[in-house]
Amino acid sequence: MLKQTPLNATHRAAGARMVDFGGWDMPVNYGSQIDEHHAVRNDAGMFDVSHMRAVDLEGNGARDLLRRALANNVDKLKHPGKALYSCLLAPDGGVLDDLIVYFLREDFFRIVVNAGTADKDIAWFRRLIAEHAPHLKLTPRDDLAMIAVQGPNARAKVWQALPGSEAASAGLKPFVGTAAGELFIARTGYTGEDGFEVMVPAVRAEATWRALAEAGVKPCGLGARDTLRLEAGMNLYGQDMDEKVSPLVSGLAWTVDLASPRDFVGKAALLANPPAQQLTGLLLQDAGGVLRAHQKVHTAHGDGEVTSGTFSPTLGKSIALARLPKGVALGDNVEVAVRDKRLAARVVKPPFARNGKPLVS
Amino acid sequence: MNVPANLRYADSHEWLRAETDGTVTIGITDHAQAALGDLVFVELPAVGRQLKAGEACAIVESVKAASDVYAPIAGQVVAVNEALPGAPEALNADAYSAWLFRIKPADTAAIATMLDAAAYEKLIGED
Repeated sequence: MLKQTPLNATHRAAGARMVDFGGWDMPVNYGSQIDEHHAVRNDAGMFDVSHMRAVDLEGNGARDLLRRALANNVDKLKHPGKALYSCLLAPDGGVLDDLIVYFLREDFFRIVVNAGTADKDIAWFRRLIAEHAPHLKLTPRDDLAMIAVQGPNARAKVWQALPGSEAASAGLKPFVGTAAGELFIARTGYTGEDGFEVMVPAVRAEATWRALAEAGVKPCGLGARDTLRLEAGMNLYGQDMDEKVSPLVSGLAWTVDLASPRDFVGKAALLANPPAQQLTGLLLQDAGGVLRAHQKVHTAHGDGEVTSGTFSPTLGKSIALARLPKGVALGDNVEVAVRDKRLAARVVKPPFARNGKPLVS
Repeated sequence: MNVPANLRYADSHEWLRAETDGTVTIGITDHAQAALGDLVFVELPAVGRQLKAGEACAIVESVKAASDVYAPIAGQVVAVNEALPGAPEALNADAYSAWLFRIKPADTAAIATMLDAAAYEKLIGED
């Protein structure tokens, strides 16, 4: 039995094509996925991301626990509302999940984790809490729905649709969130566009979605979400990284704090295993197909593999993230095995597109 | 879902149309294009290629996934829709005018063994 978000009936009534995504019954597209993609790059679109799980960590010393649990350094979070992207690592350095943590008060942090990994993450946090700070309280917020509203006009349309939201969120800088009555509004997202992620009580989810649609925000499915995040050069957990790989071969070294003396779960393993691979972008040069996950990549330094690939609606070309041997450099030409052919691709630095504009050609 | 009554269908979601010159035009159904989503790549068989019934002979690829297209009946490819690889989105706009390829059937009676519209509608209703 697939799990359903509070917006399930709304998606079905809108004629969405539904798929099993990590055990959740989710909309992949409502009409044309490419139209949904362009709506986000050029105007405003919204995604039901209620399958992702908010988890509240409360109590004195919450920051200390996160210093130990997370590969990024929560000491960067100095002002209430500020968010940080981080990997949650296993002791062997593998990536258990990637997440966003919001600093709300010194004794209150909110963590947002992926859908398919939520139960595993919660169990892991509970174990760390039991070992290091048993007085801390961890509360999965199953009572909250989440709607990501993204695009150059997203913020203005949220303010138009949700009374009182403008006063609370007009001053938010990127990667900062705030409570707004019963809402939590954060200037974050997964598309490479400006916008908000709005947490709302599950009972208010449908009314909120409807108000946003009436303000001209286009409902978008997971299909467009995937092409947008890939153009923006953002990893997808379970595809571009997982428990079997280190963040250092996943394009995530910038999120791993190896500089400070702080110890964290997985640090020793990362230091002991210098990366032999790298995650890069690929831009397909030949016609002949679309880059897809698991295709083999032939380079002058050995073989690699596509981790995520798609057709980029913004570029009109196929793009990918690929794990390639160290030594392959930006601008190199490689060959990708697509069915029975080898197609030429160029190694490029993601992102491919953000803020409505192509960044590679 | 649009299932024209004057066409025949394969359970692998191709449509067939018997032409007056004895050739058979083949495409993918409206149901197939809707399931695939926005199409972005099409590869067609070479003209002159001999196809066996059930042989994979073309590829249609959407933003989401690639899919083989099968020859519903045996025959030789006599023409392909050369405009289609440059405009795969024509399949989403109208799957029945955006044909893929035309064959000279090995057995002219073979098309009569394909599903009629009512049988195909029943098939996709059960999907």
